[in-house]
Amino acid sequence: MGRYVLRRLLQLIPVFLGTTFLIYALVWAIPQDPFAGKCGQRPCDPAYIAEMSQKLNLNDPLVVQYFKYLGNLLVGDFGTTFNGVSVGEQIATSWPITLKMGIIALIIEAVIGIIAGVLTGLRKQGFLDNLVLVSTLFLISLPVFVTGFVLRLYLGPQGFDLMDTSVSSDPTFGELILPGFVLGSLSMAYVARLTRSSIVENRRADYVRTAIAKGQPQSRVVGIHLLRNSLIPVITFLGTDLGALMGGAIVTEGVFNINGIGGLIFRGIQEKEGIMVTGIVTLLVLVYLLMSLIVDLLYAVLDPRIRYE
Amino acid sequence: MSRSRVAWVALPAALAMTLSACGGGGGSSNNAADGKDNPEGTVSIYGTEPKSTLFPANTTEAGGGKVTDSLFSRLVGYKTEDGAPYNLMADSITTSDAKVYTIKLKQGWKFHDGTEVKAKNFVDAWNWAAYAPNAQQAASFFSPIAGFEDVHPADENAKPAKDKMSGLELVGDYEFKVTLNGPTSVFTTMIGYTPFSPMADSFFADPKAAEAKPIGNGPLKFVSRTPNALIKMERFDDYKGEDKVHFKTLDYKIYSSQETAYQDLVAGKLDFMEALPPSAKVGEKYKADLGDAVVNANLLGQSAIAFPQYIPEFKNVKLRQAVSMAINREQITKTVLAGSYVPSTSFVSPGIKGYRADTCGEYCKYNPEKAKQLFQESGFTGKKLTIQSNQDGGRKEPLEAACNSIKQALGVDCEFVGATNFGAFRQIVDGKQLTGMSRSDWSADYPSIENFLNPLYRTGGSSNDSNYSNPEVDALLKKADETANEDEAIKIYQQAEDIIAKELPSMPTWNEKGIGGRSKNLLAAKMSFKRQGALESFRVKA
Repeated sequence: MGRYVLRRLLQLIPVFLGTTFLIYALVWAIPQDPFAGKCGQRPCDPAYIAEMSQKLNLNDPLVVQYFKYLGNLLVGDFGTTFNGVSVGEQIATSWPITLKMGIIALIIEAVIGIIAGVLTGLRKQGFLDNLVLVSTLFLISLPVFVTGFVLRLYLGPQGFDLMDTSVSSDPTFGELILPGFVLGSLSMAYVARLTRSSIVENRRADYVRTAIAKGQPQSRVVGIHLLRNSLIPVITFLGTDLGALMGGAIVTEGVFNINGIGGLIFRGIQEKEGIMVTGIVTLLVLVYLLMSLIVDLLYAVLDPRIRYE
Repeated sequence: MSRSRVAWVALPAALAMTLSACGGGGGSSNNAADGKDNPEGTVSIYGTEPKSTLFPANTTEAGGGKVTDSLFSRLVGYKTEDGAPYNLMADSITTSDAKVYTIKLKQGWKFHDGTEVKAKNFVDAWNWAAYAPNAQQAASFFSPIAGFEDVHPADENAKPAKDKMSGLELVGDYEFKVTLNGPTSVFTTMIGYTPFSPMADSFFADPKAAEAKPIGNGPLKFVSRTPNALIKMERFDDYKGEDKVHFKTLDYKIYSSQETAYQDLVAGKLDFMEALPPSAKVGEKYKADLGDAVVNANLLGQSAIAFPQYIPEFKNVKLRQAVSMAINREQITKTVLAGSYVPSTSFVSPGIKGYRADTCGEYCKYNPEKAKQLFQESGFTGKKLTIQSNQDGGRKEPLEAACNSIKQALGVDCEFVGATNFGAFRQIVDGKQLTGMSRSDWSADYPSIENFLNPLYRTGGSSNDSNYSNPEVDALLKKADETANEDEAIKIYQQAEDIIAKELPSMPTWNEKGIGGRSKNLLAAKMSFKRQGALESFRVKA
């Protein structure tokens, strides 16, 4: 087990190098002059361009640029954007907010999704089953910004006045519950459906029949035997979803004016600030890798047949 | 300076003129409405993340510009209503030939760190900003000053010979002399523009530290900044200018979406926005949402469509006139632009000294018959006309409407060609790679007729998108620049405008009406001609 984890962690290094280089190269390849439009209606002053290119290493060949970037990164320097604010500082303010929101979304989708999935999976074709099927279909068909705008309109000051129209610059957990719900709503529907079909399938499995035949109480059959095995695909989905939630929060962040990393990435791409995009995406890649490691380890917990040597 | 990136100037002043004074026929003075304002209140203003470091000479777009304009004051300020310049930090500015200026400062002004503002601070700041290796975006604004070439060589790879301009000469603690390359009558207006701010001594010792915590001499001092979220300021109690503010703290709240900011404004979570999102303008919804809290202003901007002269067919003046007359400005501003713009009839923005309506004459009036006739006379043989622009930010719709109008009037195909964003579009324009007409909007840097003509129509002008070049116009503009008497200079600028109107290298289309809003927490708020909140007019509800 320990060796397995160590091996997986060591694998992170080449993946880290590969992804950062790919991302750096991709942003570099965006066919737009970073100074176009930066100085408004008139072209930028040549001296300004020369000086800033020098400062941001824009004149070097791609590989040299990348290794200079990497060298700085190793000593903890994420670089500086055009407006003179360090990327590290910007990420440090935005990252915890998005992480908070991502975790809230994950908890909401896991709790509601799994409960709905188990209930409907056990009572197939009942009223509850149909209700959940229809409502998840509804959620899946709605784009996130619609959900966001509608909830903001009805729960905000012009509706039931339960929340503010936007969150503060350093939001608390309470403020992030609604945005987290919006963010996780789509995945919540998937989790419910995934759990449901998994439960339906496993209910007829031999080990469930055996457990019932042993005379075990219903709660134990469902809670221990059935659910644990049925959760494997769900956990796989949830694990990779945290990364997707964090990277894909641009729309939700925009609707509630949350200073998160989604907005940072968007701005970075627009302004062609490669270091910003690379810095954040690298962190997201790390989130993906760590989450998939955790998911793999959870498999062993859930399914006793799986062992890591 | 730009389209959506207005780089605007100082903190204007409109001291004794408040809303109540205007409405009630001049009764109470500083305290608006019922006079129960709270001088210790907090104001929050819509902001966008500054795109450059917060140095006055480096902020050439709206998000950073409003921040540096709150933090710094210059020799000259501009009145909120009409942009008329007045002496702010300057005690007097005198010249006999419009070439050598003697500038005396008011004494007792302080920077936010407590040191006094002296003539030296202006001279050093201007030298620093112009010096090429310091890479300030607005460095070229110092080019009229003698010796600019020494600190900022035209060739970007050359090393500057000096780090000080010979045209700046310190006379005393509170007096300095500026010698220009040639007579430039607009100089006294120009020095109200943001890059001409003074900088504290501590700035030159450590510019890096000032980046994180700018020290200015304006009505507000910097407190803290959370990137992409908030810039906090506080009233500077030692401020001596007449545009001092009447509240305690100011928050520039950074929004990524104007929609969300507008929701906050309506809900009272945000106090001021100087522009409203398109959704609020549809059907004039904002009037229902905001009621009497709508804030209006004349803006110093102009929308136009340029005919690039490097495209052979556009050398034909009849074609240019025909296209211009084929655009139904009246209808487009009313329908597609939802009344937030008015048709433009001149090359200068209304409200500017020297503005005359209808200088464009019949060529800016919709007249399909005459347009068609001129079009046939022009002998245009191409298949279609195109209008290029960035397509985001609501730029696409009005130009598509213009194209439709052209199509219907002239019977020639017209197509809108969109670039994905402003940067991509400017890359095409600056590289002179346009293949058709192009959007050419302009927001003036400082309120002067000169700024509407020189950058746009002079040969090699910094924003001459149509690549227009007419020796006659150049000569008139030069002559006007060199005329010391303002009224005479304006007359000559107008002569140049008349020639441009006949030649129509770019056609004025519409002028934006400044529409903003305030929340119920503010008793009064005005907006300046440069689309910024006029902070000295803000009164917070007690």
